Amino acid sequence: MSQTEIAPMAAGSPDRLTGLKTFWHYFSVNRGAVIGLFVFVLLVLAALFAPLLAPYAPDVQDKTAFLRPPAWQDGGSTQYLLGTDPVGRDILSRLLYGARFSLLIGAVVVTLALTGGITLGLLAGYFRGWVDVAIMRVMDLILAFPSLLLALVMVTILGPGLFNAMLAIALVLQPHFARLVRAAVMAEKSREYVVAAKVAGAGHFRLMLATILPNCLAPLIVQGTLSFSNAILEAAALGFLGLGAQPPTPEWGTMLASAREFILRAWWVVTFPGLAILITVLAINLVGDGLRDALDPKLRRS
Amino acid sequence: MLRYLLNKIALLIPTLVGITICAFAFVRLLPGDPILAMAGEHGVTPARYEELKQQFGYNLPIWEQYARYVGEVVTGDFGVSISSKRPVLEEFKTLFPATLELSFFAMIFAMIIGIPAGIFAAVKRGSWFDQSLMGTALVGYSMPIFWWGLLLIIFFSGYLGWTPVNGRIDLQYFFKPITGFMTVDTLIYGKWAAFRSVLRHLVLPTIVLGTIPLAVIARQTRSAMLEVLGEDYVRTARAKGLSSARVIGVHALRNALIPVVTTIGLQVSTLLAGAILTETIFSWPGIGRWMVESISKRDYVVVQSGLLLIALVVMAVNLIVDVLYAVINPRIRAA
Repeated sequence: MSQTEIAPMAAGSPDRLTGLKTFWHYFSVNRGAVIGLFVFVLLVLAALFAPLLAPYAPDVQDKTAFLRPPAWQDGGSTQYLLGTDPVGRDILSRLLYGARFSLLIGAVVVTLALTGGITLGLLAGYFRGWVDVAIMRVMDLILAFPSLLLALVMVTILGPGLFNAMLAIALVLQPHFARLVRAAVMAEKSREYVVAAKVAGAGHFRLMLATILPNCLAPLIVQGTLSFSNAILEAAALGFLGLGAQPPTPEWGTMLASAREFILRAWWVVTFPGLAILITVLAINLVGDGLRDALDPKLRRS
Repeated sequence: MLRYLLNKIALLIPTLVGITICAFAFVRLLPGDPILAMAGEHGVTPARYEELKQQFGYNLPIWEQYARYVGEVVTGDFGVSISSKRPVLEEFKTLFPATLELSFFAMIFAMIIGIPAGIFAAVKRGSWFDQSLMGTALVGYSMPIFWWGLLLIIFFSGYLGWTPVNGRIDLQYFFKPITGFMTVDTLIYGKWAAFRSVLRHLVLPTIVLGTIPLAVIARQTRSAMLEVLGEDYVRTARAKGLSSARVIGVHALRNALIPVVTTIGLQVSTLLAGAILTETIFSWPGIGRWMVESISKRDYVVVQSGLLLIALVVMAVNLIVDVLYAVINPRIRAA
């Protein structure tokens, strides 16, 4: 037991705390990344405390206030800060509750895609041969279709809805992880610490999961962040096309879909949900850029 | 060169088989009975049901069904649309030029702005231009384009009244399509007013569809240029006393464009995915909107064949990009 543990210990950094410090040092150099992280934390807080922050429940309709403009415009009132939608629901409250869906979508999709991608990538890169060929051909196949089209078709098979949309998006995003893990595993497999662990008697599972995988994490984290924002965009697009979350769910893309016919009459019903999507995705992409700078030593030096 | 090309084509065969399996499986994976699903909301009589079952071969073993399907596809039989009763291939042929024209202009828009902007940002690295360009590119990259399209409609069509909201051309202009590309057709007929109408319809969808490729191309050009500017041969060129414009425009740019071409090729799939959203927003009569409408109409024959045809288009374009890539990069050809 103790013998096999030598390899990963030696490969990792001697002191976890110093590692984190260096990481934060390089991450915080990137001002955009810090701003992105700050916005992201705010979004998480907004999602967590939506019931406390939102002035109204997301599905309460006020029959006296259809399409009320935002507070600063003529006809608006502080009662509804960002105005109301065509059936008299408070847009601000719906946006706050909507943050829950977007973050949930991102988290679930990335978890599913990561799990699938890591498993397949490890198997392909570690065993090579026909396992590799079979897995990678299927991944190529998934990438041969435009992602949104494949997600649309998947949802047609599974039936519209938020959960099925998440499954479809995870399937579409998963090949990127599999390719990344496979490439990293192939690069690491012949390194000395892996050979040492093998000689020490480590089995296939131990070699794959405990020895090799931790050393492939950096690109996975970066890809995971980018997929998080991609998942939010694709889920919103599916919602917009009527195949994602179904009304009256306050998901941002779905909100946009039901606001579409009012665009020339009430700009705010369209503007705010989209702005929420843009801000969320932008914040996560900023964090992703910062992570790449901080985790990828090759780019760091340039 | 020929060997390289043959090699690339050979690699496509498993994907080709996979794509047909996917399209074949799609109808059979739909919940419920495939014939009932394809018949749509009207349903069928039991006699007609048996007839259809025979006709589609659902009583055969699954392998024979697949062989039959491949046989049909190879001979160009993609079925008949349930809703319009027209052959799917014929519909595809009339709608595809619309998507191609829109994608072409979107790509030109993205390249004309993206490449020079990326070069300039790399040359002036760290300047306010560089920083604001990279910031803008990240915003563009994060853009939900369906929302972006709606915003542009609110501003340019609603507020300013400059551009039309939907379609490819004003209804008063009517002519028989020659190429299917309206910009070309109107010029062939020499109808200037119609040509202007086509351009006015093209502007907003082009911007919407071109936004993400523009952001990606600008970022990629900048980083490729930065890498090349640090190379020895660039330093040598400068040391020889060549003008800065010549060093950047000739020595550096040629090499920097190689990864940019790859990026442009990779955008084809993104472009088609974007076309689904852009065409839906602007009621653009292309294949993206066709797919979305067929899904909502439950016209599964169209969805099945559309899926296959679109995947074939993506494959063909990727092959063309691979060839172009070999033409501009001699190192690939030799290998």
